[in-house]
Amino acid sequence: MEKNYPAVVAFQVDAADNVATLLGDAAEGSLITVVGPAGKRDIAAREKIELGHKIALAPIAEGVSISKFGVVIGIATRRIEPGEWVHLHNCRSQLDERSGSFDVHTGAPGDNAYA
Amino acid sequence: MHNRSWKGYLRPDGRKGIRNHLLVVYTVECASFVAQEIAKGEADVHVIGFPGCYDNDYAIRLMLALATHPNIGGVLCVGLGCEYTQPHRIAEAVRNSGRPAESFFIQEHGGTRSSIALGKEMIASLRRRADEAAIKTPMTWAELIIGAECGGSHGTSGLAGNPVVGRAFDYLVERGGTAIFEEVVEMIGLRDLMISRAASPVAAQQLGGTYDKALGYCKAVRQYSVAPGNFAGGLSTIEEKSMGAFAKSGSQPIQGVIRVSERPPHAGLWLLDSVPDDHFMQFGYTNPNDTEGIMDLIAAGSQIVLFITGRGSVIGSAVAPLIKVTGNERTYRNMTEDMDFNAGRVLSGELTMDEAAEELMNLIADVASGQPSKPERLGHREFFLMYKHQHVPSLEAGCRA
Repeated sequence: MEKNYPAVVAFQVDAADNVATLLGDAAEGSLITVVGPAGKRDIAAREKIELGHKIALAPIAEGVSISKFGVVIGIATRRIEPGEWVHLHNCRSQLDERSGSFDVHTGAPGDNAYA
Repeated sequence: MHNRSWKGYLRPDGRKGIRNHLLVVYTVECASFVAQEIAKGEADVHVIGFPGCYDNDYAIRLMLALATHPNIGGVLCVGLGCEYTQPHRIAEAVRNSGRPAESFFIQEHGGTRSSIALGKEMIASLRRRADEAAIKTPMTWAELIIGAECGGSHGTSGLAGNPVVGRAFDYLVERGGTAIFEEVVEMIGLRDLMISRAASPVAAQQLGGTYDKALGYCKAVRQYSVAPGNFAGGLSTIEEKSMGAFAKSGSQPIQGVIRVSERPPHAGLWLLDSVPDDHFMQFGYTNPNDTEGIMDLIAAGSQIVLFITGRGSVIGSAVAPLIKVTGNERTYRNMTEDMDFNAGRVLSGELTMDEAAEELMNLIADVASGQPSKPERLGHREFFLMYKHQHVPSLEAGCRA
């Protein structure tokens, strides 16, 4: 685990959001400075998280709403710890039935056969 | 920004353009090579057309809207000679709008080379007549229609790129201008939020109906408007992408919903519905790529379109300049030759949202004054059109009932 990484900033759009969006790439263990309407604070990234991706700011139980912009953008498909990467492997759309079939790194669909 | 004014082209119908382009229109794929060759090497000549041999009312309306767009001074229509879509009738409609227009069938004028030569002659004559007819006239914000489209969205699009465009839309509408946004399939999950922005009960009803049709479309085709690149860029669901995409509408009341090739009835902020209607062929596809949506915004009369791209894109547009905005500093650095505006400076704290929107408005005024946008400078003039059905009879009545 790398320590003393230069701080990466993450933006929390709404004070009630339980995720923030990274404005740079964060290595596992690096400190993230969260900014936004809820004020400034630090959180450690539990894993590598890239620019534009989301970090959990609080514990999120399975089945609980994930909020960004003050609106529900998905549902946790398993328990998520603070500092974890929130994405396709643990967050699912309430509407899109293909959600859950996408590769967590590339986003490529896995629900069609190509045969 | 406050007192910007520039010279535009006054058209016979009273509308004002910011460019004086000529347009070549092909009426079937078989005529597209000749059409492209006619335009080759002619800086002011753009090409649009329809690939199908069987005509489509939606496609004809869109081609007519572009051929009589205020940025267009004259039109040449080229057909092969077998197809349903009639180049002579398009030319006639253009002449009725007060613009010079010519048309011919390739089969009546020999082959490839003789048709290209004839087309080049006609373009030279059209240019002479369009230049003579062009009346340069002062123009202000109130006479601008600006469209906004996004593509290649990622995690910062909803934080910087789209909100800065939304703020610029607020400024434009406050100054009496017209702003149009589209991509209803990227508002999925936001029904109540959309309706809360309605300017009137009628607008609320239109917004609700438009949302319900789009949701029905997504369910029917089992496809939501979120792509692998969006996921790779950090967006996890359509709901998350929708919030970012909707931010480009700013905060002004929404006056109502227009459909493809319709013009906003008055100034203010409008939503454009490009989703096909349900009919006997089922919906067909909506928003197959970014260029289609951009063409729909231009067909509504937009003289300029703002294109917000987080991951980066290298498209431009026929008929009206595209201004490319990114909220991602990395994309701006990697694609500086293509990106007109770096909204990522808001996230790094270099600019406030208001300062960025004001700078973007000044860039819009510069492009309206004749300064080429980066896609224009690179020679981009993408166009896309395919079969679609809007304003169709009911499912039971059938297409030709």
